[in-house]
Amino acid sequence: MKKLVSLASTLAASLCVSTAALAQTEVSFYFPVAVGGPVTKIIDGYAAEFNKENPDLKVVPVYAGSYQETVVKALTAHKANKPPAAAILLSTDTFTLIDEDAIVPFDNFVKTDEERKWMKDFFPAFLLNGQIDNKTWGIPFQRSTVVMYWNKQAFKEAGLDPNTAPQNWEQLVSMGQKLTKRDASGNVERWGIQVPSSGFPYWLFQGFSTQNGAILANSEGTQVAFDDLKVIEALQFWVDLSQKYKIHPPGVVQWGTTPADFMQGKSAIIWTTTGNLTNIRKNAPFEFGVAMLPENVRRGSPTGGGNFFIFKKAPEAEQQGAFRFAKWLTQPERAAQWSIDTGYVAVSPAAYETQALKSYAADFPPAVVARDQLPFAVAELSTHDNQRVTKALNDGLQAALTGAKTPQQAMKDAQAEANRILRAYR
Amino acid sequence: MNINSKQLQAYLLLLPAFVFLVGFTHYPALATIFDSLMSTPRAGRAPVFVGLENYQVMIEDPVFWKSVTNNLWFALATIPLSMGIAIFMALWVNDKIAGRSFLRMSYFLPTVLPMIAVANIWIFFYTPDYGLINQALQLFGLKSQNFLGNPDLALASVTVVAIWKEAGFFMIFYLAALQTLSPSYREAAQIEGASKWYFFWKIQWPLLMPTTIFVLVNALINAFRMVDHIFVMTNGGPNNASSLLLFYLYEVGFKFWDRGYASALTMVLLAILAIVGLLQFFLLDKRTHYR
Repeated sequence: MKKLVSLASTLAASLCVSTAALAQTEVSFYFPVAVGGPVTKIIDGYAAEFNKENPDLKVVPVYAGSYQETVVKALTAHKANKPPAAAILLSTDTFTLIDEDAIVPFDNFVKTDEERKWMKDFFPAFLLNGQIDNKTWGIPFQRSTVVMYWNKQAFKEAGLDPNTAPQNWEQLVSMGQKLTKRDASGNVERWGIQVPSSGFPYWLFQGFSTQNGAILANSEGTQVAFDDLKVIEALQFWVDLSQKYKIHPPGVVQWGTTPADFMQGKSAIIWTTTGNLTNIRKNAPFEFGVAMLPENVRRGSPTGGGNFFIFKKAPEAEQQGAFRFAKWLTQPERAAQWSIDTGYVAVSPAAYETQALKSYAADFPPAVVARDQLPFAVAELSTHDNQRVTKALNDGLQAALTGAKTPQQAMKDAQAEANRILRAYR
Repeated sequence: MNINSKQLQAYLLLLPAFVFLVGFTHYPALATIFDSLMSTPRAGRAPVFVGLENYQVMIEDPVFWKSVTNNLWFALATIPLSMGIAIFMALWVNDKIAGRSFLRMSYFLPTVLPMIAVANIWIFFYTPDYGLINQALQLFGLKSQNFLGNPDLALASVTVVAIWKEAGFFMIFYLAALQTLSPSYREAAQIEGASKWYFFWKIQWPLLMPTTIFVLVNALINAFRMVDHIFVMTNGGPNNASSLLLFYLYEVGFKFWDRGYASALTMVLLAILAIVGLLQFFLLDKRTHYR
């Protein structure tokens, strides 16, 4: 009998707990990790803090792998009618998410003047990929651009001014030639410049193509310009860096090992995401600088990184909770701290006015280079059926970089493939 | 139907396994055949019957053919090499030598490590200039190679990692089989003065045949199932030089969300694996001597 009583009381207690939990709205939130550093810990901390301030909500962050794995999980869950309330996904997946009818625009939630102001406060360049048909589908969160890191020690060794990075393509070549170091038998000990081309070569290529004055896709995501003469020229320049000037490693360069190559002194200049800043700052054994990418006919870099999306099939209450979390997450103070912790660009000008980021930038000027580059930044390549169109370009770029095709042939083939895919959306 | 209680009990005991088999094997396979004949559903557009169109697309798809050829080369290299190395290692650690347990453990180690982590380490082995392998090359005065970034070397480079991983796994089966062989054979061979090679070729190898068949089928299946290293190390690149069938299937299914075409690709993979299974069942099994 005693046993029965205790059983009943445990049952009753657990029932109470579950009703208490029911009063809370659970907001599941998928996020990827794409750069070094304790990102999971930081996000879990944010969720805990938010939940404390908002007792009626319970944000449950779910680490979902890389960007690619996260979008697979989120879309699969959507197709099974059980999506998360929100997720951080690549801003370039916006078209795909709309085509799959997976997300709702933020305009549905923005009601007050304060909220309208919040939407306007982001850097315009970061809103480009998320705004389609005059609606805002994604809110910038972990955003980046490509920047140039240079090894000041190597510059000194090569007789260059360690405080000036190459400003244009010509200087990139001439400095690169001085920086490339070979041993007696002709083996390269240090490359002048290195731009990775594995995984997502299109992103770094957009640096070259933008600088040459080309825009790869229209804003409706239905038309690409891969065979534009300016695009072919830009690719020719990238290929020339290794084949003609011999200052860039031949073949396809790994994205993953590029920061290590830089820190090992194997490459004097690298292009990579500003998201690697904190990692390189902690681990580079020499003084280094961070600069905007060099210019040719203009300066330029694509933006990159992830936006915050709200899922359509999530219950209304969860969507509202996700919206509140998005606002909370992008407040200037928090965006500033996020930028300091990871190296990502803070998403609004207001974040750069905070004391925290001001004093951080005074102490470490490279932290604001990516922000200064934003006025020159363009939308990251994004179209309908984005991953397939992007693969066509990636394959073409790699074919040219490995010498399998001429830049002209490679881009013509990529254009033909993209046209075939996009025909259905025109 | 007249089922007695004993039979009923047997059916009930089989039921859970049967439910799983249907749910996770038979139903998906049938659904895939069906899906491969339909167009891919998009928001607002329900799938429609398209007949063999997805297969037509496949025949005209150069990336598909590239992945198939890559996969055949991959199988051709991994299967004999990993099995050969496995036998060699098993024979070696089967002998009474110093540090035997340590050797056995070292050979088996690749199998228990998480492959994604290992593939990340291998990326650094392959790094131009200062990667482990290139450092070794340079020691012998050879030029540093960009293993993963050169289309001529990328597939071979991921193949080596697969062999490294598989050989240790297969060794365990051979080792187990060797240990079941009665020591009297070896004693008899020693009395007769048979050489080590003769003993292996005439006695051990035939007796190991059932294991070899088992390992061969596993190796074949693994060769067409291989995907994880590709993700981490090359992403199928450069320009599809290291794309394998399952990797391409994943891309079509979960990057392009093209369900119809992905189902058609799955059918090809299923057909290959079915042929492998039947081959074992009808051909090899009959020629094998089981004790």
